[in-house]
Amino acid sequence: MKLHEYQAKQILARAGIPIPDGRLATSPEEAEAAAKAIAAPVAVKAQVHTGGRGKAGGIKVAKSPAEAKAAAGAILGMDIKGLRVDKVYVERAADVASELYLGITLDRDRRRPVVILSTVGGVDIEEVASSRPDAIARGWPSPLLGLLPFEARALVFAAGVAPAQREAVADIARRLYRVYGESDATLVEINPLFVQKNGSVLAGDAKLDIDDNALFRLPELAKLKEVSADEEAEEKARALGFSYVQLDGDVGIIGNGAGLVMATLDAVRNAGGRAANFLDVGGGAKEAVVKAALEIVLSNPRVRSVLINIFGGITRGDEVAKGILDVIQAHPPRVPLVVRLSGTEAEAGRKLLESAPLESRETMDEAAAEAVRLAKVPATA
Amino acid sequence: MSVLLGRDTRVIVQGLGREGRFHAERMKEYGTKVVGATKPGAGGTSIDGIPIFDTVAAAVDETGANASIVFVPAPAAMDALLEAIDAQIDLVIAITEGIPIADMLKVAAVLETAATTLVGPNGPGAITPGQSKIGIMPAENFSPGGVGFVSRSGTLTYEIADLLTRAGLGQSTCIGVGGDPVVGLPTPGAVRLLNEDPETEAIVIVGEIGGSAEERAAEYMRSEGKKPAVAFIAGRSAPPGKRMGHAGAIVSGNQGTAESKVRAFEEAGIPVANAPSEIPGLVKKALRHS
Repeated sequence: MKLHEYQAKQILARAGIPIPDGRLATSPEEAEAAAKAIAAPVAVKAQVHTGGRGKAGGIKVAKSPAEAKAAAGAILGMDIKGLRVDKVYVERAADVASELYLGITLDRDRRRPVVILSTVGGVDIEEVASSRPDAIARGWPSPLLGLLPFEARALVFAAGVAPAQREAVADIARRLYRVYGESDATLVEINPLFVQKNGSVLAGDAKLDIDDNALFRLPELAKLKEVSADEEAEEKARALGFSYVQLDGDVGIIGNGAGLVMATLDAVRNAGGRAANFLDVGGGAKEAVVKAALEIVLSNPRVRSVLINIFGGITRGDEVAKGILDVIQAHPPRVPLVVRLSGTEAEAGRKLLESAPLESRETMDEAAAEAVRLAKVPATA
Repeated sequence: MSVLLGRDTRVIVQGLGREGRFHAERMKEYGTKVVGATKPGAGGTSIDGIPIFDTVAAAVDETGANASIVFVPAPAAMDALLEAIDAQIDLVIAITEGIPIADMLKVAAVLETAATTLVGPNGPGAITPGQSKIGIMPAENFSPGGVGFVSRSGTLTYEIADLLTRAGLGQSTCIGVGGDPVVGLPTPGAVRLLNEDPETEAIVIVGEIGGSAEERAAEYMRSEGKKPAVAFIAGRSAPPGKRMGHAGAIVSGNQGTAESKVRAFEEAGIPVANAPSEIPGLVKKALRHS
């Protein structure tokens, strides 16, 4: 789950990390009032769950409340990477001398959090990592102890932070680590971390991604969850215990188990087609499960055929076949269906499907090829 | 005797709810020695003929258990895993899905100084066919033999075990390492166990997008490999930035791509199957040439 900049900054401020004075606005008039209250030049920043908003024109500097009003008028309603902007954050413009980077995320290989600090801030840190690896300092604190003072000091020395800011940056790093821990973050990032001309340090931007699996113990953060239009099907699937990801092809996919579904998408690509989605129904494949899964997949208008690939394990293949038959008899789907059953009692299952209005195939490769072929057949009116 | 588990492994169940009871029964049918279960406050009773203990330590004292399978729901799973590690159980297998990453980081940090091997979470468990199964896999699809098998997935593992079994390729031990970004025994460690097992003749490594465990396993086999290996990577057609079902199956920036994993295996001389159906043929070919 992603938070907006203004939400992340409130959390940073509560942890004692300096942020510029700022206010949220949902109309040009509110932006004007916010700029008046701040009484200084401001930045008007689109609040959307995507990167690259600066390049898209989603950040404008305004020297007066009237300019802030005009800037908000231009940004509100703007479309940034398919997301509509309906909130802007009006923030006092910083008096920037230099920009740093500070972030904490997971290092999967080391199985530890990694704290990353660089004196090259304000740009994509992955680019810095590849073009100037020497400009990046990393530390791997113990998740049992947190970021200790000596570890934070080692980071500022290794990154080459100027002597006047060392203490402030080390302090911010330790506070940011507390935010990372207390909010079950998968990523927390201040980029840029401004050094102002008067020597003070403050967070220019803030990014905070939360581990969805931890929301059960973060009731305050869970309330901030926003579902955008293109995520609605994914949210609906999640509520049913499914895992759904919309893709850009035309072969709908239903399977059980994440690895098997990924392998099914790959089989479709091997057969020269493109999958319309990833849908893992999880354990079992009873009638209600198949019905709900078909509804989700067919809600995507691009779908021209559906491939159901189920491994009968604890749930036997013949029971799965019965579930599929019951559903398509009650609700005939609008596109052709290809079913591939494998595993326990798969042969009995295939036998049951023989006379059904669908294509049944024995292997994943054959089923994928058939689903791809059917997706290419022109629809008969 | 294969790796991690065999005929003499004595297992307790942590989390004897609906799922735990169902699979405890299936494990007993398979011949696994299920010697107890924990349920705080119910110690001294029994459920489905399984003796119940208040704590893992008490269960270990009374039964001599050296393995545990954990079905405890995600919010309490870290506590269950730490309790098992504290009781110095050799092998802990975590089935639970959805454990917060921060909890698994703490568990991983404790494991650094513990004698326990943790398999999972968010995996199907492990099976030494014909001897012992500690997990939720359908046993019918597995058969005893010489192919060691490591996988990050559940049903795809059953599918491939089924293909191997039908091709006459039995398995020494199959280890489902789990689909989370942080697991107890990642792919390279599981591959190492099988590489050092005298009864394993060939290794099948089933990976997926996300992280770099496959690259590290390939690197290990390149320098230390004693036997032929075959790999498969799921998610070759997955777009970047999308989480494909498993919490750990995500390409972030240029990290965790299928291309990088395929290249790493090929550079280590390990053939990579384009589809699961190719795996048995590649294993047979690799065994002939070894």
